[in-house]
Amino acid sequence: MHDIKIPVGPQHPALKEPASFSLLLSGEKILEAGVRLGYNHRGIEKACEERTYIQGLYLIERICGICSHAHSTCFAQAVEEIVGISVPKRAEYIRTLVGELERIHSHLLWLGVAGHEVGFDTLLMYTWSDREIVMDILAGLTGNRVNYGINCLGGVRRDISAEQVKDMLKAMDTLEERTKYYIEVATGETTLIKRLSGVGVMSKEDVLRLGAVGPTARASGVARDVRKDDPYAAYAEIDFKVITDSHNDIYGRTIVRLGELMESYSIIRKVLKNLPGGEIAVKVPRKIPAGEAVSRYEAPRGEDLHYVKANGTDKPERVKVRAPTLANIQTVAFMLEDRYLADMPIVVAAIDPCFSCTDRLIALKNHEKKGRKIVTWESLRVEGIEWYSRQGIDFTKLNKKLKSKAG
Amino acid sequence: MFKALFEIIIFPGALFLIVFGFIVEFYDRKVYARMQNRVGPPWFQPFADFIKLAGKEDLIPEEADPRPFRLMPIFAFASTVTAFLYIPLWKTQALFSFQGDVIVVLYLLTIPTMTLFLAGWYSRSVYSTIGSMRSLTQLFAYEIPLLSSVLASALLANTWTLSEITVFYSRHPGLWAFNLLGFAISVVALMGKLEKGPFDIPEAETEIVAGSLTEYSGRLLGMFRLTIDVEMIVGASLLAAVFLPFGLDLGPAVGFLLFLVKIFLIVSIISLFRTVLARLRIDQMVNLCWKYIAPLAFLQVLVDLTVKWFVVR
Repeated sequence: MHDIKIPVGPQHPALKEPASFSLLLSGEKILEAGVRLGYNHRGIEKACEERTYIQGLYLIERICGICSHAHSTCFAQAVEEIVGISVPKRAEYIRTLVGELERIHSHLLWLGVAGHEVGFDTLLMYTWSDREIVMDILAGLTGNRVNYGINCLGGVRRDISAEQVKDMLKAMDTLEERTKYYIEVATGETTLIKRLSGVGVMSKEDVLRLGAVGPTARASGVARDVRKDDPYAAYAEIDFKVITDSHNDIYGRTIVRLGELMESYSIIRKVLKNLPGGEIAVKVPRKIPAGEAVSRYEAPRGEDLHYVKANGTDKPERVKVRAPTLANIQTVAFMLEDRYLADMPIVVAAIDPCFSCTDRLIALKNHEKKGRKIVTWESLRVEGIEWYSRQGIDFTKLNKKLKSKAG
Repeated sequence: MFKALFEIIIFPGALFLIVFGFIVEFYDRKVYARMQNRVGPPWFQPFADFIKLAGKEDLIPEEADPRPFRLMPIFAFASTVTAFLYIPLWKTQALFSFQGDVIVVLYLLTIPTMTLFLAGWYSRSVYSTIGSMRSLTQLFAYEIPLLSSVLASALLANTWTLSEITVFYSRHPGLWAFNLLGFAISVVALMGKLEKGPFDIPEAETEIVAGSLTEYSGRLLGMFRLTIDVEMIVGASLLAAVFLPFGLDLGPAVGFLLFLVKIFLIVSIISLFRTVLARLRIDQMVNLCWKYIAPLAFLQVLVDLTVKWFVVR
């Protein structure tokens, strides 16, 4: 069989979001892999400039459906830094708590997706049904399952009751038991190990060269964790381990994520035990004084980075988001080379990609020299009308009719 | 003549196979779902799926060769149903038999895989082409172990006719226990043939969409899916006849019940493996079959030759 190029995406069962991978195959071997993003661009950064900080906070939360709390906390931290206020202790602890709950649901979700990608659907069904436990906690705590909306500038919106603390501690015990079972499955099930170990290998040097973050980096022995390196919220006061592994492959990444789950349970227990009393929010002025700040947050997928520039009004001048997937996506093409086609879905899934977080505007360089032109919205509209009238579909009469009816 | 036609078309031929195929597909899906903590489909789901597909438009890709594209599902279905006629079900005698029908049945059971390969090949889509290559690669891996373990049982019975194999084992009760290794090997091979469980490599949905069947839709897809259901029964009854040939001389009622038990047992094993194992890679599958399964199959041949030497003479 001669070499063939197969497209994986923008629409493909392996992908949960649109992204395009083109693979040059020789039989089952991948010779070359190309990655193209940009199918999911929503212009959130630009939209933030049109909105006040308070509106922006809720918009920012919608960057990602999985790590929504990561983005909103990161943005809130940046704004609070510009204003120069410190958040009450209790609010910091609640932010940490929701952040860790989010990590638990994200890692359980990942484990299921990884199982599905290697054709082990049972793992998907098991982990996702256990994930409901933590989703229910989040819904009870914040009112929402996905975009929690618990953050506000200067603190959090909702307090925790003693009853919720008790329920959560009970749920942690259940989840810990289930996670121990998953660790047993992941380290004992032969076919699963066969599909995960030795796949997507990336040495420590490669990780540092390509700038990977989060569990992807930690599985190659790079102890990179914002929670330890640059503590935010309540992490400075809580003792926890940064889980690393030396397998360098997807098996290692699975071990790291499972270890982080166990670590999250202990963090949550400590947070609930040491929950300080007092206020949950302080007032933040509507107009933010001029200044700029960079805020970092360890999202479940890795380091999330927000940059906010304020100009003295109630709207930011510039908001920049660097989601963890942008740092990790570079590694995919590297990991795919000389691997089997069958490894492609799990290699992509192993970085836990979130393409809609990552997609940004594309800047055109020298487009006129290459004979390309920019099409404006108005000319696209005109072209559309002309195209339809060439097909024999004419809306002008209908439009007139509608107008006369309305007028 | 009339009786033969009835037997071929209605019972226990094509119609019975189709209905039973749907029931077994439902059973497989339900068991799979229950083991995964899901509710699973209602009993009529396979029927409903088939009716839905039958009511849909057949889309044939522009680049595909339309004639083989249309013919392949029919070939696949016809060959599977034909194979069923030569397998003893709940009596020691099959509907039809002749000297050497073991080989013919195994050959007829290879045809669905070959048609799957050709169907994918004629679709001209990249995913189908890769799926086809995988189907064929997989065929070379599991076919030898299946053939050798079935032939081992035939060797002990000293015949090449399926009906005579069952007659032999009912005359020598207990001898089938020597073939349990062969039974295990054949179940693994059957999973490969049906592209189920850890061997669903040719239709790995997260890699190549639906493999050979990517471009199929409507009635043609329905036909292929029906073939896979029917193939599951035909394969399971072949294994039941060759490796579990007990209770065949207890009369039709008990025999029929035992037949059902055997089929559901084999399907349950397949569902169980589908639940607890992750999909292998094609190179791992070929390795597994040639490194472990094929030598075990040859061991089974040796065992049967030894038993024949000491016991049967």
